[in-house]
Amino acid sequence: MSSPCRASLLILAACGLTLAACDREEHHSRSKPVGETVPAGESPDTIFPGGSEAPPLDARAKLYDNNANAISAGQTLYTQMNCVGCHAHGGGGMGPPLMDDEWRYGGRIDQIAATIAEGRPNGMPSWRGKLTEDQIWDLAAYVRSLSGLPSKDAVSSRTEGMSGPTPQTLTPKPKPTNSDAAQQ
Amino acid sequence: MRRVATAVTAIGLLAASAAVISCNKKPSVSRSNAEIYGQVSGGPHALPPAAASPADDGNWTMPGKDYASTRFSGLNQITPGNIGKLALSFTFSTGTTHGYEAPPLVVNGTMYLITPWPNELYALDLTKPGAPQKWVFKPMPAAASQGVACCGTVNRGAVYDAGKIFFNTLDGQTIAVDANSGKQVWRTQLGDIQKGETITMAPLVAGGKVLVGNSGGEMGVRGWLAALDEGSGKLAWRAYHTGPDKDVLIGPRFKPFYPMDRGKDLGVKSWGPDEWKIGGGPMWGWISYDPATKTIYYGTGNPGPWNADQRPGDNKWSTGVFARDVNTGEALWFYQTVPHDLFDHDDINETILADIPWKGGRLPALLRPARDGFFYVMDRRTGQVLSATPYGYMNGYKGVDLKTGRIAFNPDKEPKPGRITRDICPAAPGMKDWNPSAFSPVTGLVYMAHHNLCMDMIPQPANYISGTPYVGADVKMYGGPGGYRGVLTAWDPLAHKAVWEFKEDLPLWSPVLATAGGLVFYGTLDGWFKALDARTGKLLWQFKAGSGIIGQPISYRGPDGRQYIAVVAGVGGWAGGIVDGKLDARDPTAALGFANAVKDLPSKTTPGGMLYVFTLPR
Repeated sequence: MSSPCRASLLILAACGLTLAACDREEHHSRSKPVGETVPAGESPDTIFPGGSEAPPLDARAKLYDNNANAISAGQTLYTQMNCVGCHAHGGGGMGPPLMDDEWRYGGRIDQIAATIAEGRPNGMPSWRGKLTEDQIWDLAAYVRSLSGLPSKDAVSSRTEGMSGPTPQTLTPKPKPTNSDAAQQ
Repeated sequence: MRRVATAVTAIGLLAASAAVISCNKKPSVSRSNAEIYGQVSGGPHALPPAAASPADDGNWTMPGKDYASTRFSGLNQITPGNIGKLALSFTFSTGTTHGYEAPPLVVNGTMYLITPWPNELYALDLTKPGAPQKWVFKPMPAAASQGVACCGTVNRGAVYDAGKIFFNTLDGQTIAVDANSGKQVWRTQLGDIQKGETITMAPLVAGGKVLVGNSGGEMGVRGWLAALDEGSGKLAWRAYHTGPDKDVLIGPRFKPFYPMDRGKDLGVKSWGPDEWKIGGGPMWGWISYDPATKTIYYGTGNPGPWNADQRPGDNKWSTGVFARDVNTGEALWFYQTVPHDLFDHDDINETILADIPWKGGRLPALLRPARDGFFYVMDRRTGQVLSATPYGYMNGYKGVDLKTGRIAFNPDKEPKPGRITRDICPAAPGMKDWNPSAFSPVTGLVYMAHHNLCMDMIPQPANYISGTPYVGADVKMYGGPGGYRGVLTAWDPLAHKAVWEFKEDLPLWSPVLATAGGLVFYGTLDGWFKALDARTGKLLWQFKAGSGIIGQPISYRGPDGRQYIAVVAGVGGWAGGIVDGKLDARDPTAALGFANAVKDLPSKTTPGGMLYVFTLPR
């Protein structure tokens, strides 16, 4: 085998390895109609009586969490759907902050998606039927990214607007708390 | 100097005799603060009109103290000479830990407290040691209303009239409760949280009507002021602040002073197509009332969204002041303080009724320390602006043209999409926000607790979705020039200047109380309750409360004949939301940009909701 050929094989192999690592860039079809299914996240901070355990992470979570496309799409929706009006760029206002390490209703992506879909009793609106399932998961991916939890190669390196917080690539990664659920 | 001292003594004697009179018999309405204090001073300064400011009877029945909104107590046992001995008498925990902006009310030996959401009304028995609870009324407002309240789940107060306590709930109800029994008399649903409407203001009862307006200038509501029948709670009239004349209750009696406010259906025409339907102009602040003419005076809130490019035109009838007939709601005049508001400068601040010396006589005037940073003196008969003077550092406006009435924006500071406009002063909460000033007929001065804040602003596209915010701007606030963020200013409305200033590190979000004893009381965001000398501004006394103070201090005469000072400490609201809402100031746009200006506050105070009552030792 001539050396140029060996070199291209090596390059191909390297490309293959890189691609395999690139979950963050993975696209997937998004065609579910509005309101067909909603995530069923349950709080990890609750008691599971009779020796039962917290439900496993929703199977759809891995399609969105740490996925740059989902986080980016969620970032756009976050402004368009007026999430920013209540939660600012993560620091909160009318609604609680999203960039801190406290998750009232759970910090797992399926729990965040459930909060967006169902609303919460102290003023969080319910977006079920107003956004598609994909959009809700995209938003959940972005909201979770505000806390600095997802990997840095998936989040956006620039903030929205002029005076938002430090780019997410630079925010320190917090220690996961109970509410972030050990499963992730 | 000696003359001043003599005058003070004379005032003291007169006020004391008035106090004795009202101790012995029912308070006489024929005596007024203008008569009591006007005679002594010789009347060179502004005085509240007699009909709107009766002599103090020792009670505190409405947030403004009287219809002239003086927030002045005629009690004078506590003076600069003895305030050093002022001591805590009793406390009461309201059980809430969100922004507490309301004053306690005191009516004939009972104190009433209205909490932030869930808007519980407590009655305390002042005739017994420790002021035990008589009853509590729990209206159970919708929890979801907390999610559409722009700036904390606050309530600005209840009001007492004719045996009933009236108050509003965050989810848009007005409720009348029997003041003795604590039983509900009526309740009326006025606002709709699905449209982003909440009610945070204190009602005013005047002319047999309970006057209530909506909040939601950041939620795309359509602003209104409603009048309910005091006895039944039935809607008597509702005046919208946008839309066609018939909805605004503009008819043949409407005579605005300036041509800019004249024309048919300006509430439709001064907007882009249909924008008036979601254009804001709410009413969440203060109303004053002149019983002599049966006229109410109040200002309207900001137009929405904050992104002004999305609402070309003057955006009437937002950000201006109305005079209306209390019986019919008919508009008598309007003056638009800030046509086409750029900076969220709601005009809902207090309107003080004062009769000012004018060409040898007295002119019925309005004193308005406005959010845009100008102190307006207006003719309350016509709506003419007599003077408009900045009372702090300002660069967003160039001035007010007294011929046309129109305010001039500084073109360098007009926010435009796609670029950051930096260093706009005053910032969105204005030179002074909702927290009302006090007006002393003894000194003729207006005591204002206000800010020194500037901001960066960039408009963003705003998307209207009912029940969600309609803001469209990123804002970041910070302290203005001079190295202080708040200041208590004693303002001479006739000389158009500050007589003294007392600077504060933190922005001031507390209302002010002035007393005939010659004192001015207010609180700070980090929980200091302070008393200054009303003439000199010297700090005479202070007390550290358990939480930041944004509540209104009051003074009353207890059943034992002593003068008491009461205030509730509970940090929150727009300024203190970083504490009670646990906001994260790493995002400078948190709390619509306010969090950045008070980043240090969480290290200086914690949430609370405690009543503190002070008096002199026996």
